[in-house]
Amino acid sequence: MIQIQGVSHRYGDREVLSGVDLSLGEDRIGVVGANGSGKSTLARLLNGLVVPTTGRVLVDGMDTARDGAGVRRKVGFVFSDPDAQIVMPTVAEDVAFSLRRHGLGKAEVADRVGGILARFGLGGHLDHPAHLLSSGQKQLLALASVLVTEPEILVCDEPTTLLDLRNSRQVADLLEGLTQQVIMVTHDLDLLAGWARVLVVNEGQVVQDGPAEQSIGRYKALMGAGRPC
Amino acid sequence: MLTSTFRPGASLLHRSGAGAKLLGLLVFSTVLVAFQSPLAVLAGFALVAGLYGLGGFGPRTLVAQVWPLRWFVLCLLPFQWWTAGWQVAVAVVGTLVVAVAGAALVTLATRVTDLLDVIARVLEPARAVGVDPERVALLLALTIRAVPVIAGTLHEARDARRARGLERSTRALVTPIVVRTIRHADRVGEALAARGIDD
Amino acid sequence: MIQPSSGGRASRRMSSRDLALVASFAALIAVLGLPGSITVFGSAAPITLQSMGVMLAGSILGWKRGALSVVVLLVLVAAGLPLLAGGRGGLAVFFGPTAGYLIGFVLGAAVIGWLVQQRLPAYPLWWGGLANVVGGIGVVYLVGIPVLAAATSTSLWLAATGSLVFLPGDALKVVIATAVASAVHRGYPGITAPTAAVKSDRAGEQASAR
Ligand SMILES: Nc1ncnc2c1ncn2[C@@H]1O[C@H](COP(=O)(O)OP(=O)(O)OP(=O)(O)O)[C@@H](O)[C@H]1O
Ligand SMILES: [Mg+2]
Repeated sequence: MIQIQGVSHRYGDREVLSGVDLSLGEDRIGVVGANGSGKSTLARLLNGLVVPTTGRVLVDGMDTARDGAGVRRKVGFVFSDPDAQIVMPTVAEDVAFSLRRHGLGKAEVADRVGGILARFGLGGHLDHPAHLLSSGQKQLLALASVLVTEPEILVCDEPTTLLDLRNSRQVADLLEGLTQQVIMVTHDLDLLAGWARVLVVNEGQVVQDGPAEQSIGRYKALMGAGRPC
Repeated sequence: MLTSTFRPGASLLHRSGAGAKLLGLLVFSTVLVAFQSPLAVLAGFALVAGLYGLGGFGPRTLVAQVWPLRWFVLCLLPFQWWTAGWQVAVAVVGTLVVAVAGAALVTLATRVTDLLDVIARVLEPARAVGVDPERVALLLALTIRAVPVIAGTLHEARDARRARGLERSTRALVTPIVVRTIRHADRVGEALAARGIDD
Repeated sequence: MIQPSSGGRASRRMSSRDLALVASFAALIAVLGLPGSITVFGSAAPITLQSMGVMLAGSILGWKRGALSVVVLLVLVAAGLPLLAGGRGGLAVFFGPTAGYLIGFVLGAAVIGWLVQQRLPAYPLWWGGLANVVGGIGVVYLVGIPVLAAATSTSLWLAATGSLVFLPGDALKVVIATAVASAVHRGYPGITAPTAAVKSDRAGEQASAR
């Protein structure tokens, strides 16, 4: 359960989020909004990558400003650009890197790495150089590296934006099957079809909070209203 | 691009420890330079050639390793011969060639990861002065990972430059690459932070 | 995500962003040396831009991270990766006659970075150019030439004249590196902390602590 209490955030003297109050408990929560509306900032608040200038964010009661490390153990984060997320030269090494502080033996690490990569369809690529994977495979690897530590919550900031239709389908299906709570920022409205809760962010404020159909309708109306025709 | 010069093999040379090989190289080249005589060059060459054989590398491999020195040899040998006599010429040029051949041999017979492990081990005492060997290892891995990514931006930037008809402007090429390098670093930094590196 | 970087902070550990910058610039230096990747003067002279990468690292990252990115590159080269100009790599390059230039790269990047940091957040072109000339040419040659002379048992003078052929190319690289660094410092203010500001910051902190 994530609680956002009276949060505003500014970069320099520009306020990009204002007066956000949310309780995020649902299994699947989508976030949509125009470019620059503050979605990524909102997402980064959830694991302490961004600490709010006012207000506070609590993850299971832990304040992200005070216990960022604890929060990040609970909250995994997936970005759009797989190339930036994969930090090790080969596939298995990158997943194993996530487990470096878990006090596991070599065999145990290899076991878990092999297990999750097999689950993500990368079982045959353990020693592959990461740069030879396709973009979709890279994003799956990035996901595997985050999920191998078994976070309770997964925040995704446009996880499919750089992927083609087939690859984003594959990533979406995988996300769909997760037992974790998933909070996903996306511009791909199809991914959110049927989700119980979708937030619409506009100019730093959450202007709609409800089931997918309503929120997406509101979002489209907002976007349409700005169209010069 | 990132295939090292390592050549897999099962020879004694391949199997011996990376640290031992590095130490051996250090001693070998020190002795070679200390004597710097035609005799030392001859003995050193015999040793290196023998070790190439032991590692399963033929004379062609040996020549390929010192081939980048060809211009130096071609200029230096006659020059030294003329100014200082043949002994000096052979000693100077021979020392250079044999030392380079020896160093190349270590690289040929040792995995990159094994050499990097030696670095991590050597750095272990440096913990006392605040160096974290684990972070050094991460830095090296990050760099290996970044090379193909940055190379990719270079290719993109080159195409973009061509599309804008600025083929001859080096600046029009380098600026976008550098900007993208920084942006890439920002994103990697963020991803690392999300994975708990700073915690 | 632009944040003013490290500098005044007490922690000596590098932040993840610093690690990423150092790694990315080490990779940049390597990529600029890829065979045939970029040539100056159209394609007439096969001069790679590797030494310009060194100038950029110092000019943009400051002395510490700039020099470290060169060190990282050299460590990987020593470990056998062919990341030097023309695809050279392995321990052999450190035993060859041009090894001094590689050490010069490290010191050169440090000197460039240190000089640039004296003036940051301003980056006057003449000062940036001077830093690149002093560090990127002066220091590199100052270390490279004596080593070359020693390794080949020739006179310093001869080794120096031999190195002159690279001077025009290096001068051109200074011009480009300075222009690019200037654009970066304008676009990414605060990417490197100025030494002067850090000092006054600390003084301020101490004053307020008392
Ligand atoms: N580190 C930063 N420093 C300064 N300004 C920033 C920073 N990060 C974001 N901003 C600004 O804050 C605003 C909100 O950015 P944010 O990335 O949260 O938007 P977004 O909704 O994710 O947009 P997009 O759909 O384009 O990803 C933007 O105007 C952006 O320029
Ligand atoms: Mg965003």
